Amino acid sequence: MKKTILYEMKNLYRDDMRVTGYQFGEGEKSVCVVGSTRGNEIQQLFTCGLLVKTLKKIEKAGLINDGKSIMVIPSINTSSMNIEKRFWPTDNTDINRMFPGYALGETTQRIAGGVFEKINDYKYGIQFASFFMSGRFLPHVRMMMTENTSIEDAKKFGLQYIVKRNPRPFDTTTLNYNWQVWGTKAFSVYTHETANLDENSAMIGVYAVLNFLSQTGIINYSMHRGYNSSVINADEMYDIQTPIAGIFQPLCEVGDSVSKGQVISKIIDPYEGKTLAEIKAPEYGNVFFMNNKQLVYTNQILFKLTDDYTIIRKAENSEQ
Amino acid sequence: MIKVASVNLPIDEELVIKKERIVPLNPTGNEKRISIVTGTHGDELEGQYICYELNRRIKNNPECLKGIVDIYPALNPLGIDSITRGIPAFDLDMNRIFPGSENGIMADYLAHKIVEDIKGSALCVDIHASNIFLMEIPQIRINELTKDELVPLAKMMNVNFIWVHSAATVLESTLAYSLNDIGTPTLVVEMGVGMRITKSYGNQLVDGILNTMKELGMWTGEVNKVCESIVSYDEDFEVNFINASSAGVFIPATKHWGKLKKGDYVGDIVDPLTGEILDKITSPCDGILFTLREYPICDEGSLIARILERDDEI
Ligand SMILES: [Zn+2]
Repeated sequence: MKKTILYEMKNLYRDDMRVTGYQFGEGEKSVCVVGSTRGNEIQQLFTCGLLVKTLKKIEKAGLINDGKSIMVIPSINTSSMNIEKRFWPTDNTDINRMFPGYALGETTQRIAGGVFEKINDYKYGIQFASFFMSGRFLPHVRMMMTENTSIEDAKKFGLQYIVKRNPRPFDTTTLNYNWQVWGTKAFSVYTHETANLDENSAMIGVYAVLNFLSQTGIINYSMHRGYNSSVINADEMYDIQTPIAGIFQPLCEVGDSVSKGQVISKIIDPYEGKTLAEIKAPEYGNVFFMNNKQLVYTNQILFKLTDDYTIIRKAENSEQ
Repeated sequence: MIKVASVNLPIDEELVIKKERIVPLNPTGNEKRISIVTGTHGDELEGQYICYELNRRIKNNPECLKGIVDIYPALNPLGIDSITRGIPAFDLDMNRIFPGSENGIMADYLAHKIVEDIKGSALCVDIHASNIFLMEIPQIRINELTKDELVPLAKMMNVNFIWVHSAATVLESTLAYSLNDIGTPTLVVEMGVGMRITKSYGNQLVDGILNTMKELGMWTGEVNKVCESIVSYDEDFEVNFINASSAGVFIPATKHWGKLKKGDYVGDIVDPLTGEILDKITSPCDGILFTLREYPICDEGSLIARILERDDEI
């Protein structure tokens, strides 16, 4: 293992911000793993830490294949993390909206540019990412469909789900998108949490990366292959919204299978405790995403359900 | 007051986006409409004075009004109330969610209602006030895709500077892009500085709005003479950016909208701890300084100034 400082930015009264990378193996730039880009991505940081710990052992056992190198960057935004701010301390900009960056530009463009210059030539890029809506996910690989992506590669993580989606205008400045523009095959891996730790799902994230490294011949480490992933289109998931604002009371958990018509949450009147709305599952499915904010706004997405049970639905419809 | 959109918040509060409509004394039913909108970014307040002053001047001379004026002072009322640039609790820049959608989350729904309401105006003026870091000369920024239609309108607006910039995909989700896209001409004004009101700039823009209304046949009252705008196109590489080369405290040494020669003194970045000058900043070109840093603390890379390169008239 080689620990290197990939980028450094001086501050007036605080310590310099250092972006630290851990390199395992020597040779071709095979894969780069990036943890937190935002200040509240504690789970993403923690998952990278566990990955570094595991890769140290794998390297020591001589299981990294010759001519392959792996880079792990636990955080590119320690300045925000240390003061519990999601975005950049002074101007509130999002480093993950600044790629490919610009060395002569504004502060976060410089950080993005300085880091990207070091990591834009890897064969594969993996980011532990977080969603713009606050909530818990089933662990999955998320990929933007561009010319450069392949579902076959995404399956090598062995996670239960692969979510594919089309890039939107605001995606064009993310790390994932720019990796792909530069020819890196990029994937985002989501575990359960962001601001809170969840060790089990962090281990699932680590295991998925090891699976990927093993399947792509970067490490020589035989392991259980994991799931034969289901591919879901992000637009085809059921977004369950609340028709009314109030207190959110979930009646299911991420990963639960729910049946058509099942009450999966209630919206409670904050003053009088009565139920304002019962939220029912519109179809059979798995709870893929669940909002984790207690107060909810009208039309807020409470759940995303997978459409795994399309076959059952089709069978039922044909009976009618 | 007209409710453009209304949503109940979780606990006993209704969020309302309000507008004021001023109509001519004797409407014909065929009036053109102008929409004045501001307050998308909750920390930008220059538009507040403009809305007030425009209301006042029109209502003092109602007989001069020949069109419909819609004034939207607060597209993001929760942001204005809480000094939050984006939409509080959503972590979203409201100017990155347009055109929104009817059945989307609250922010999308509000964006949708706003676009639906402004749609069909003869002109929309979207007033921004930079941010808390930078002081901007009154200027209109135009996406080059819409320059043929918008530059002539912008020249009526009494702004010092019209900046035609290249298209950027990320800007496709702004209010102005969405409205221009559906055929409602929309001008984006940037002026002054965040969290403050610069009254002289406000009066200048109100003069510009009334002049434009006069040109469009919507106002017959007296208007003050408007200035001639300098127009800059990106392909000329005319705008020079100065970014801080090191973190520190910026002490300006030049005045805003001043003419500079290459090498002229712009200011210093200093270290109060040691008394050192960390960066003595000079102008990279002959030109006019139209953006100047207002907020003293700098990170490496913080924008200090923007200078429009000009070799004439100097
Ligand atoms: Zn603004």
